[in-house]
Amino acid sequence: MNIEILFYLFAAVTVFAALRVITARNPLHAVLFLVLAFVSSAGIWLLLEAEFLAIALVLVYVGAVMVLFLFVVMMLDINIEQLRVGFLRWLPLGLLLAGLIGVQMVWVLGAKETSAGMTAVQHAADYSNTKELGRQIYTDYVYPFELAAVLLLVAMVAAIALTLRKRRDTKRQHIGTQLKATKQDRLRIVSVPSGHKSDAAPAAADSDVHAAD
Amino acid sequence: MNLLSSLSPAYAEIFLLTMVCVILVLDLFIANHTKTLTYLMVQVTLLGCSLITVSTHQGGIAHLFNHMFVDDLMSDVLKLLTYLAVSMMLVYSRTYLMARGLFTGEFLGLVLFATLGMMVMISASNFLSLYLGLELLALSLYAMVALQRDSAVATEAAMKYFILGAMASGFLLYGMSMLYGATGSLDVGRIAQVIQHGTPNKELLVFGLAFIVAGLAFKLGAVPFHMWVPDVYHGAPTAMTMFIGSAPKLAAFAFVMRILVEALQPLMIHWSGMLMILAVLSMAVGNITAIAQTNLKRMFAYSTIAHMGFMLIGVLSGTVEGYGSSMFYAIIYVLMSLGGFGMIMLLSREGFEADNLNDFKGLNQRSPWLAFMMLLLMFSMAGVPPTVGFYAKFSVLNAAVQAGHIPLVVMAVLFSLIGAFYYLRIVKLMYFDAPESHEKLYLQPDSSLLISINGLAVLALGILPGTLMSVCAVSVQQSLLH
Repeated sequence: MNIEILFYLFAAVTVFAALRVITARNPLHAVLFLVLAFVSSAGIWLLLEAEFLAIALVLVYVGAVMVLFLFVVMMLDINIEQLRVGFLRWLPLGLLLAGLIGVQMVWVLGAKETSAGMTAVQHAADYSNTKELGRQIYTDYVYPFELAAVLLLVAMVAAIALTLRKRRDTKRQHIGTQLKATKQDRLRIVSVPSGHKSDAAPAAADSDVHAAD
Repeated sequence: MNLLSSLSPAYAEIFLLTMVCVILVLDLFIANHTKTLTYLMVQVTLLGCSLITVSTHQGGIAHLFNHMFVDDLMSDVLKLLTYLAVSMMLVYSRTYLMARGLFTGEFLGLVLFATLGMMVMISASNFLSLYLGLELLALSLYAMVALQRDSAVATEAAMKYFILGAMASGFLLYGMSMLYGATGSLDVGRIAQVIQHGTPNKELLVFGLAFIVAGLAFKLGAVPFHMWVPDVYHGAPTAMTMFIGSAPKLAAFAFVMRILVEALQPLMIHWSGMLMILAVLSMAVGNITAIAQTNLKRMFAYSTIAHMGFMLIGVLSGTVEGYGSSMFYAIIYVLMSLGGFGMIMLLSREGFEADNLNDFKGLNQRSPWLAFMMLLLMFSMAGVPPTVGFYAKFSVLNAAVQAGHIPLVVMAVLFSLIGAFYYLRIVKLMYFDAPESHEKLYLQPDSSLLISINGLAVLALGILPGTLMSVCAVSVQQSLLH
């Protein structure tokens, strides 16, 4: 009974936070509400006895991904007013669609009969979630696990291919070129004849300009 | 040793993955701007994959990795054609991409990763591997479209493709989760078993099915989920458009077969109705909207939508002949689309895209042979008899008639009549109009040879379609014999 109350509590918080993510005026608030949604979903997973996943969700998503998100939002200068243009105009259509999907879901998921063999398995207290997960990933699910790894590799290659490019308008230091530079490249020694004759003066002034270059 | 030999059905995938990693690393040490060595290595890899796929072929159906991977005749045939399509695409697009500075090692790596994704999709027998293969393909494609960073249209196309593709994946995953909830399994064979013999919640199943069909329609580009297709086809560099429009259609066909036919066959009454709506709308919107296009890439985009509608007709007939003719249609479509986009790239040069209808004016006077090849390709897309496009349409419609969908067939014929207009308009422009420019065409020897083979194949397969058709029929039949 208590667990049920807890579930509804977490579920209500999740739904509220998710709604606020898309309605919050300030993008920073939206990100923080997303954090709240993740934390309360982690709570639901705890109730389902998936302790390892719940902790991983908090550590990975809340701890790492969302902090990165916050940084990105702070770096970008988002004009929120511009994004909201047309929000009210499309609101009735959106609400209608959301209502339709909601009705459908209640109709489908509200059906009382549950399929056979769908009851949750109860495990003893010393049952190790983490160990079991590791065993599954490296035996039964090794193929999708490897595929997910390849997916990450593709993401890395794509990110590098999209961002690493030479731009002419950026200024950067080429250390290799600097070190390779020799005295001959940079310095030109011009012998300036010391002036006895008066007609040598313009030539001397000319080579002075060159040396200054 | 035992472990290694037990993995033999997946040797091609393992080889490809190893080679991508090798190529990506080696490419860094090749200081050559034309990337000839990397390019040759990629082609050799594709050749090696096809040799491995042929040599590891065995008669029956082999499951691997805890039933997540399946190797049957259909997957082998589709994989071989995928290698061929990817290799053809690279030959066509090499010069084009080099002129635009896009022919990089990363591009070639992404092409191979996308190929791996298609292979995973083709031989997946679990929703998890199906989904991961799809994402592997899609992620590589998004990046490839965005590679031309300085072009605003390409960036916009990549953005649209990415966001709509992510949404489609969301639909698909939601549908899969519903099916998991109803049947308790993600395995294709197990789901079919539970639906047939167990007592799953029917409402839940159909609810999930609707989302899955919506996700599939998004990926195929069927109306009303087609919004991304014209913008992406138009905005992406032509080589990437060619890639999106060719080999992935084979993988998409396998995807539809694995989900709808192998897993959800008992729900056919539900999904065939949904597919019928998608097919009719796609043929209508695709063929009618294509008439108004002046840009060839956009026109091909709408033509793809119409062709996908045609392909769905075969699937929704629900018979082995229907599936076989659908597979045939997908293969022929890939061949025609490679030729069509190949022609655009062949006529393009540095700083100029031959993607406007006017660029094809009077092509006959500039190069009679190329004009003849384009004529064959356009006739085939329109479905004019001696070419293979006619036979593909005919076999799909034949299957639909046998399944009793007469009104659908009548509509399909009407819409393809409308569609014939815009294909034949190109023929008219090439043969009866004066050319706008008399500049000499600089044709690359490799891609002009390939376009000749491509055009003649369309004709030859149209005269002798029997072998390919029976390969399709047999492979579909074998993979359905569980």
